[in-house]
Amino acid sequence: MEFAMKNLSRRIFILLFLLLFAGSSLLAAPSASPSAEREIRVSGNIAKAVENARPGDVLRIVAGLYEETEITIKTSRISLLADPGAIIDGGGKGHIFIINADSVTIDGFKLRNTGLSHVRDWAAIRVESAVFAEIRNNELENNMFGIYLSRTKDSLIENNRISGGGDRESNSGNGIHLFDTERIQVRGNIIQHHRDGIYLEFAKEVRITDNKATDNRRYGLHYMFSKDSEYSRNEFRRNNAGVAVMYSQNVDMSGNIFADNLGPASYGILLKDIDNSLIGNNHFLNNTIGIYSEGSNNVRVEHNRFERNGWAVKIWANSTRNVFTGNAFTDNTFDVATNSSRHYNTFERNYWSAYDGYDLEGDGIGDVPHRPVRLYSIIVERNPIALILHRSLFIDFLDLAERVMPALTPQTLVDDYPLMKSPLP
Amino acid sequence: MNTNTLKLIKYQLRDVMRSRWVIFYLLFFVLVTDALFRFGGTGDRVLLSLMNIVLLVIPLVSIMLGTMYLYNSREYTELMLCQPVKRQQMFTALFSGLVLPLSATVAAGISLPFIWNGVFISHFSALVYLLATAVGLTIIFSALAFAIALLTEDKIKGLGLAIVLWLFFAVIYDGLILLVIYMFSHYPLQQPVLVISMLNPLDLARIALLIQFEASTLMGFTGAVFQRFFGSGTGQLTILLVMLTWIGIPLGWAARRFVQKDF
Repeated sequence: MEFAMKNLSRRIFILLFLLLFAGSSLLAAPSASPSAEREIRVSGNIAKAVENARPGDVLRIVAGLYEETEITIKTSRISLLADPGAIIDGGGKGHIFIINADSVTIDGFKLRNTGLSHVRDWAAIRVESAVFAEIRNNELENNMFGIYLSRTKDSLIENNRISGGGDRESNSGNGIHLFDTERIQVRGNIIQHHRDGIYLEFAKEVRITDNKATDNRRYGLHYMFSKDSEYSRNEFRRNNAGVAVMYSQNVDMSGNIFADNLGPASYGILLKDIDNSLIGNNHFLNNTIGIYSEGSNNVRVEHNRFERNGWAVKIWANSTRNVFTGNAFTDNTFDVATNSSRHYNTFERNYWSAYDGYDLEGDGIGDVPHRPVRLYSIIVERNPIALILHRSLFIDFLDLAERVMPALTPQTLVDDYPLMKSPLP
Repeated sequence: MNTNTLKLIKYQLRDVMRSRWVIFYLLFFVLVTDALFRFGGTGDRVLLSLMNIVLLVIPLVSIMLGTMYLYNSREYTELMLCQPVKRQQMFTALFSGLVLPLSATVAAGISLPFIWNGVFISHFSALVYLLATAVGLTIIFSALAFAIALLTEDKIKGLGLAIVLWLFFAVIYDGLILLVIYMFSHYPLQQPVLVISMLNPLDLARIALLIQFEASTLMGFTGAVFQRFFGSGTGQLTILLVMLTWIGIPLGWAARRFVQKDF
């Protein structure tokens, strides 16, 4: 019995000792790392330097031209900071950086020529299954994909200049491509001449702010199956098809500029199956279609400026419970167009430059309700070729007759409180 | 052009200046353009609004004024034809005496506010395009006016005809196009409608200006077809040719009629 007790206490002692040892080694690790955090200057082979790096290392890449592909980073917590003038040329042979570890920073590089593959998606910076990646201040040129994140969380893409090389939709990739990601911040990037400027699929809680996507082959921003996300203060100009937001919920789209997106299938924003979202304080200028809404419900469209668009809002009858309020519609060819005489959305307290009513009380709200759907827009919807009669006196007469005695325009699509003055500066 | 014609044009111009309609016409354009600047602001918006005014006012004024002008110069014409003046010269002088001041007035009336609002240089090419179209419409509808005035001696009938013709080009013709579009909506209509609308000088001018000033609308599915045609070099050339034809045919007919007419 005594022996047994002694044996047990000994065992406990050993156990405690082991625990203590393990704990001390755990505690010792962070205190040991500062001494291990080296700053290494790299001027030769980057891939080799990366391979030899230990967690916590900072690799400073000296200016110069490096011809390398598939620099794979498997060590976590390393930073690659490039001196001005450090260029990596992929030589058309594949990815340039592949990040496969957590907490990796890529800063200040000029990356070019990934080449084009019809089988694989080559990217200048590819991040795969990682967290805390930071990609900053890089200049990406003539790559198939620019920055490609998949299965990645809590990362930052900031102040990169991304410019694609493909001349067609089929031979270029996306500027910033986010697939199955969570909590990514995309800030202050400039993306041009790619297929889609920014592409999101299965993204959650992504914030896209202060970016500029211009002259892309397809969409400036392409948004699919993503929820609880935000894009604000971005600028989308001259993209072939504008911006598309599809199959997503809880999207906050505020303070963006959508301009000069011209073409037969070009939209400021294309909304397809969007629920519970907000479109606020945006500026839609000179687009063929400002907002195109199909099957979208419960979207609040507030305080936006629609100026000189072909169609400011094109809303299909399968979009319901959307609320348009406090917007200013000025000098659009068609303010609102729809395809049905039934309609379940609310238009209230907007400013319409086409409004010709009066305000006797002087309370700033017109006394006569405004019907923003012109007869002519219905004619054009049925027979698009009638567009050739735009601005004809005959069409003005038709519109006038319809306004006096509405017969074909939707009865319920009325702004009962049209504002006399634009609410927006 | 010989000295006779020039001298006649000079007389004609002096005569026109003495009558007050040119002043009013000039004032109208100056005031409207300036008002647009005051209310609307930017040059782009002013140009867009001016487009409507150009398409509405210029054909109407040109055809009405032109018809009256020729009726009113009848006695003077008879007097001059007693002198050793060729009829062809007289006709040229009469037509120039109408078209030159009308075009100059429009050009000056629209340009001046652009100059003093400081956007003349920045909107130069668009403005020139608008003014060229305006002058084109002035010449076409003046030519039509001459044809009308030489068709019938009766002033009332002539003026009535002028109004009807303007209504036809401005309103009825487009109604007919819409009718055609609805009647044959199951057929590919883009080419035929393109051709039909080109046969109306007012539609032609309208489309030419639309492509210049309101491209965003015309970039839709069908609009793109028009845009591609009219926006191209051949399209612009076609517009010019059709406009010239629209000047040539009525003017040629009127000139022949004037030469053969028994005054």
